[in-house]
Amino acid sequence: MPALSRKTAPAQLDLREADLPKGGKWITEARKNALGRLHAQGLPTRRDEYWKFTRPDALNAPEVTPAALLVTDEKPVFCDVDRLRLVFVDGVLDLDKSDPLVMDHIEIEPLKDAAARDIHWAKDLFGVLEQNGQNPVARPFATLNTATAEQGVVIRVTGKVTRPVSLHYMRTSETADAVVHNVIRVETGGDLTLLENGPAAARLNKVLEVDVANGAAFHHIRTQGRDHERRAVAHIFARLGHESRFKSFTLTVNGALTRNECVIEMLGDDAHATISGACVGDGASGAFHQDDTVFITHEGLNCESRQVFKKVLRNGATGVFQGKILVKQGAQKTDGYQISQGLLLDEDSQFLAKPELEIYADDVACSHGSTVGAIDEAALFYLTSRGIPRPQAVDMLVLAFLAEALEEIEGAEIREDIHQRLEAWVERRRG
Amino acid sequence: MLKIDNLQVKLEDEDKQILKGFSLEVPEGEVHAIMGPNGSGKSTMSYVLSGKNGYEVTGGTATLDDMDLLDMEPEERAAAGLFLAFQYPVEIPGVGNMTFLRTAVNSQRKARGEDELSAADFLKLVRAKAKSLKIDADMLKRPVNVGFSGGEKKRNEILQMAMLEPKMCILDETDSGLDVDAMKLVAEGVNALRDGKRSFLVITHYQRLLDHIKPDVVHIMADGKIIKSGGPDLALEVEHNGYADLLAEVA
Repeated sequence: MPALSRKTAPAQLDLREADLPKGGKWITEARKNALGRLHAQGLPTRRDEYWKFTRPDALNAPEVTPAALLVTDEKPVFCDVDRLRLVFVDGVLDLDKSDPLVMDHIEIEPLKDAAARDIHWAKDLFGVLEQNGQNPVARPFATLNTATAEQGVVIRVTGKVTRPVSLHYMRTSETADAVVHNVIRVETGGDLTLLENGPAAARLNKVLEVDVANGAAFHHIRTQGRDHERRAVAHIFARLGHESRFKSFTLTVNGALTRNECVIEMLGDDAHATISGACVGDGASGAFHQDDTVFITHEGLNCESRQVFKKVLRNGATGVFQGKILVKQGAQKTDGYQISQGLLLDEDSQFLAKPELEIYADDVACSHGSTVGAIDEAALFYLTSRGIPRPQAVDMLVLAFLAEALEEIEGAEIREDIHQRLEAWVERRRG
Repeated sequence: MLKIDNLQVKLEDEDKQILKGFSLEVPEGEVHAIMGPNGSGKSTMSYVLSGKNGYEVTGGTATLDDMDLLDMEPEERAAAGLFLAFQYPVEIPGVGNMTFLRTAVNSQRKARGEDELSAADFLKLVRAKAKSLKIDADMLKRPVNVGFSGGEKKRNEILQMAMLEPKMCILDETDSGLDVDAMKLVAEGVNALRDGKRSFLVITHYQRLLDHIKPDVVHIMADGKIIKSGGPDLALEVEHNGYADLLAEVA
């Protein structure tokens, strides 16, 4: 039964077990479990500390706010990258539009197929990493996702996969309300690059659960689509084994509301995690609110984690960063680094940051910094004094500001692809 | 070429007058030097001419080939042919030196209605000019002035000047922080640009730079205006006697 008072309980909490999608035994259990947890948690309200800077209203409203489709003739991100492409249309996997799900060292299966079976390896991860990541902070949209998601892929990686797997999210509907849940297991010796791009839906609730086993590597680069009115809440839950590597970069340009949560559990020793993001927001084209919320737990010895977030905001745009590093007792030799920076191009925009460190080990190196500022006038004068028109000089400094986050992207080809997009978008905006 | 008449400038935020009737004329092809004690307003004059924020012109005029400089944006002044070699070149992390140079060159060409240089032509040009200033490929690749030594920064200023080919060059204490060899190198770079048409205004504290860049006229500036002008010998006089006598003369 719903734990919240009826007054504040959103429609999603009226869900009953009978309303859950039908499936095999393992997933039915996972969904029921999630539904029970959801009822206990309730959905976030503005009074929630964790949602202090971002209003969850539009995300848990019963009806989707329609979002106009972006009309553009430009080619999609990553289109020149040699990759295995899976296409989602309004949040629904479209196998006809996708490449054959065949490549060496990898098994890719639609969630729908996996869900139809009674027994599946995904049982150990689906909703499991998500549930692990709910402590100490509840993440009810992820719970809701586990309970209701029917779309997504489950991927098992057994060796080094040479071509990236690319999830391409297209939109055709102004009102699609999509729930997507992807599960990835990178086994020992496995190495996968996952690309994600596109706006997916008017409202998107997406969860990615990644298990990176001992000695495995996972690289993730995503862009969230430039549709102005779309709204999205996305979660990444990752568990890292010994000597594993995890890198995730997100580019957010436009979008009325974006909440990206990333929950990393560094379980094994000598693991590395990088979470980075570049965000360019303009409130003039409607609302812009972008929120990166990161929680990294260090359990293993000698692990390194990096968080690098850069946000450029103008015309009333809002950027939020909530980043926490939790170093558990025994997680000695932890090296934790966190930087979040906002560049405000006018006085109407704001950057809200809440960096947190909680450390129970005594031999660690953790640093964090958060800054907010305007364009450097001395640099601007230097550039304009050489004949570069002011608007172009501002853009050069904007790109330079974002460069530090882009440098976190592994792989020159993809990094260059992202860089050129940004450059083109910035240039077109200038007209 | 450059004509400044009775220029009066105060700080925008403070009631502090810096230039108090500054007048100067640099004809085509000439090299003029300005010397003067600290705080006399030399750097302010160079900033005001190139359009830096923070100053308010309360009187007077400044023209370049009869164009009203004070009415133009910094980038327009640059495209019109004015160049300031900074005393303290700014470090710009994240902007590659080469990208910066190419953008600057092509912005000016575009503003003047000329064709932009192709990437290949630009590269050829910049390599040739960089070589003569002993600027290596690594310096061109690095972010603008980031991690450059004092000498490298000043050589990078001269490289920009060489690439942009301005009509009127203002050098603000380009010799400061340079050792003898670096100063010679920079001076050679400047002399290579002397073609009988291009004009220079060299701001310096020391006569030594003027041994390498021979001025036609030397001006002494104090308290916001020129107090004395003369030939190259005037610089030698300052070197020997300091400014005290000159200041006393006008007092």
